[in-house]
Amino acid sequence: MPDPLLDVRHLRVEFPTRRGTLVALDDISFSIAPGEILGVVGESGAGKSLTGASIIGLLDPPGRIAAGEIRFDGRRIDDLPYEAMRKVRGRSIGAIFQDPLTSLDPLYTIGRQLTETIQTHLPVGAAEARQRAVRLLQETGIPAAEERLDQYPHQFSGGMRQRVVIALALAGEPKLIVADEPTTALDVSIQAQIISLLKRLCKEHGAAVMLVTHDMGVIAETCDRVAVMYAGRIVEIGPVAAVIHAPAHPYTAGLMGSIPAMDEDRPRLLQIDGAMPRLTAIPPGCAFNPRCPRVFDRCLVERPDLLPAGATQAACWLHAAPQRAAA
Amino acid sequence: MSPPGRPKGEYRSAQHEGIPVSPLVEVDGLAKTFDVSAPWLNRVVERKPRQFVHAVDDVAFEIARGTTLALVGESGCGKSTVARLLVGLYAPTRGRVVFDGLDTAGKGRPNSVRRRMQMIFQDPYASLNPRWKVQDIVAEPLREHGFAEGRSGAANDRQLVERVAELLQSVGLAAADAEKFPHQFSGGQRQRISIARALATEPEFLVCDEPTSALDVSVQAQVLNIMKELQSRQGLTYLFISHNLAVVRHVSDQVGVMYLGRIVEIASKAELFAAPRHPYTRMLLDAIPDIHMSGRSRTPVQGEVPNPLNPPAGCSFNPRCPHANERCRVERPMPLAAGAARVACHAVEEGRI
Repeated sequence: MPDPLLDVRHLRVEFPTRRGTLVALDDISFSIAPGEILGVVGESGAGKSLTGASIIGLLDPPGRIAAGEIRFDGRRIDDLPYEAMRKVRGRSIGAIFQDPLTSLDPLYTIGRQLTETIQTHLPVGAAEARQRAVRLLQETGIPAAEERLDQYPHQFSGGMRQRVVIALALAGEPKLIVADEPTTALDVSIQAQIISLLKRLCKEHGAAVMLVTHDMGVIAETCDRVAVMYAGRIVEIGPVAAVIHAPAHPYTAGLMGSIPAMDEDRPRLLQIDGAMPRLTAIPPGCAFNPRCPRVFDRCLVERPDLLPAGATQAACWLHAAPQRAAA
Repeated sequence: MSPPGRPKGEYRSAQHEGIPVSPLVEVDGLAKTFDVSAPWLNRVVERKPRQFVHAVDDVAFEIARGTTLALVGESGCGKSTVARLLVGLYAPTRGRVVFDGLDTAGKGRPNSVRRRMQMIFQDPYASLNPRWKVQDIVAEPLREHGFAEGRSGAANDRQLVERVAELLQSVGLAAADAEKFPHQFSGGQRQRISIARALATEPEFLVCDEPTSALDVSVQAQVLNIMKELQSRQGLTYLFISHNLAVVRHVSDQVGVMYLGRIVEIASKAELFAAPRHPYTRMLLDAIPDIHMSGRSRTPVQGEVPNPLNPPAGCSFNPRCPHANERCRVERPMPLAAGAARVACHAVEEGRI
C-alpha cells in the first residue's frame, strides 16, 4: 500500500459544556490512500460530519481536537494556525457540503465565485482563471457554460448548483475532497447523476474522496472502503463488498438488515431496537451494548478497539476470542 | 373504549372472507390548481399575466380496504398535494374523492368522515406541539371528535388517560410516556407518537406523507414494522407517499408513479417492479443505488424535472425521454391499460418499447 494521503490517528474531539465535557469523537483512526474513495456511514449524531469538519479544520467552537493527530501528505495539519489552514483548505483539500443552496453566495455570480477560488489558490491571471472556470463547468456537465458563468446561484436548479459546488471543490486541484452528504438534498434521478459525476471527476483529477453519507446504497456504488461509525467511534472499517455482504459488527449487520432491499421480499425488516445513545449518556463498555443482540459480559465493562475480523476490522469483542487462541 | 358509531373489526371481515367489496377510497379526475400570480398591482403595472400551477391534474386511483397504495415521485411532482386533497386539507379544483361511497371532496365534509381518515406527517419535529404533553397531543383528536362526551369531567379525564395509554402501547411506547414532552423523545419515538395520535379515533384510512423520510434507517425499519403490524391487526388502509422506492416496495400493494402532477403509471407492486413500463418508472428504478449490486454500471438519466409553471407540451416527460417522438411532443398521453397496469405513454401504447 502506498503512503497514505490522509492519516488520522487517535483523533478525539471534545465539546466542553457547563455540565462537563462531551466526547463527540473518541479515538478515531483511519487513513485514505491517494485516489481512494473512503465512505463514512452512520446514523445522525454518530460523528461522521464532525470527522469531516475536523479534517478540513472547520470544527465549530467550542468543539476542539483534544488528542490525536491528522496528517495530510506527511504533514501534520490539525495544529496549523487558522491562516495556514486556509491555504490548505481549498488548495489541497476541497470540500462539498450537503446543501448546495447555502454553500454558494447568493450575491455573487457563479463565475466570480469560481475565478476567485481559482485565483486564491493558483498563480493564474484573470483571463486564465475565467478559462479554467468555463472548463470546470463544462466538465461538471453544465450546458452553455460560458453564459451560465455570469448567472447567479438562484438561476440554477438544485442539481446544477451541486455541480457548481463540485466545480468549486475541484478549482484548487486538491488531492483530497471531503464530501459531506453531497446528494442528500437531491432527488434520486439527480443523485445518480451527481454520484457518477463525482466518481468520474475524482478519477480524472486523481483526487481521493472522503464521502460522508447515511445512504448505504450510495456507499456501495461509489466507495472502495467504508468506515461505519456509531456514537463517536468507528465500529467497523474495511472494503465495501466485505462490509456489506459479510458485516462483522452486530451494528453493521443490523444496519444492513434494516434497509429495505430491492431484490428480496421480507414481511418484516430487521430492526435494531432502541436508538443511538446521546453523547451525555454513552454506556460503559461497548457503546452499542444496550441494543446489541449478541451482547455478553465483557461488552458491559470493557470498550473494544478495532480488531481484525475476516476481511474487515470491527470493534467488537466477538472477534477477540479466536484471535487470542491463534496467538 | 371505541368511539361510537362503528363496531370494531367490521372492516376486516369483508376482506378476510374474500367477498369483493367496493374500494374504500376512490379518486377520479382529481385536480388542484394553485394561483401563483403576482399581486394585482404588479400585474397591472408590469403587465404580468395571471399564472397557475397545475400541481395535480387528472389523478385517478382506487384503494381497496386493508391495502396500501404508494405514490412515488420526485420533489414537486404533486404527491403531497394528493395526500392533502384526500384528507381535506385542500379543496380540489376538479374531481371527486369518494370515501366509502360518500363523495367527500369540497367543503363541509361531515365529522363522521373526518374521524375515519387521519394523516401522519413527514417531520416528527414539526408536527407535535412542543408545549403540549404527549397525553394532550394524543388525546386531542379524541376531544375534538367528542370521545367520552357527556360524562363528568373526572370520569372523562380518566377514560382519556386510559385510552391514550392503550394507544401509546400499541405503537411500542410506555403508558408513562404520556406525561413527557415531545423534546424528551428521539425522532423515531416522536413519529410513533404521531401514529398513536392518528390512530386515536380508530380511523380506517391513514394518509402517510413521507412518514420515515426524516428518520435514520434503523429507526425507519422500526416505524415501517409498526405500520405493517397495525395494518394487519386493525385492517387499516394506507395511502403511502414516498420518494424512496425501496421503502415503497416494502410497504405497498399498489404503486402509482407521479410526474409533474400526473400519474404516469399505476400497477400492482409485483408488476411495477418486475416489469416497469413507463420510461420514467424505468428511469427511477435505474436511479436507485442498490447496496447488493455494487459495481453495477448504470446510465444516469439526463436532464431534470421541468419547471411546473411552464411544463412542456405533449407528454411532460418528453424532453428527458429516450423514446420520445413527434407525437409525444404534441399530444398528451392518456392513462391506458397495459397488461395489469395503467400507463400514460404513447410509446407503450404503440408497442415501441
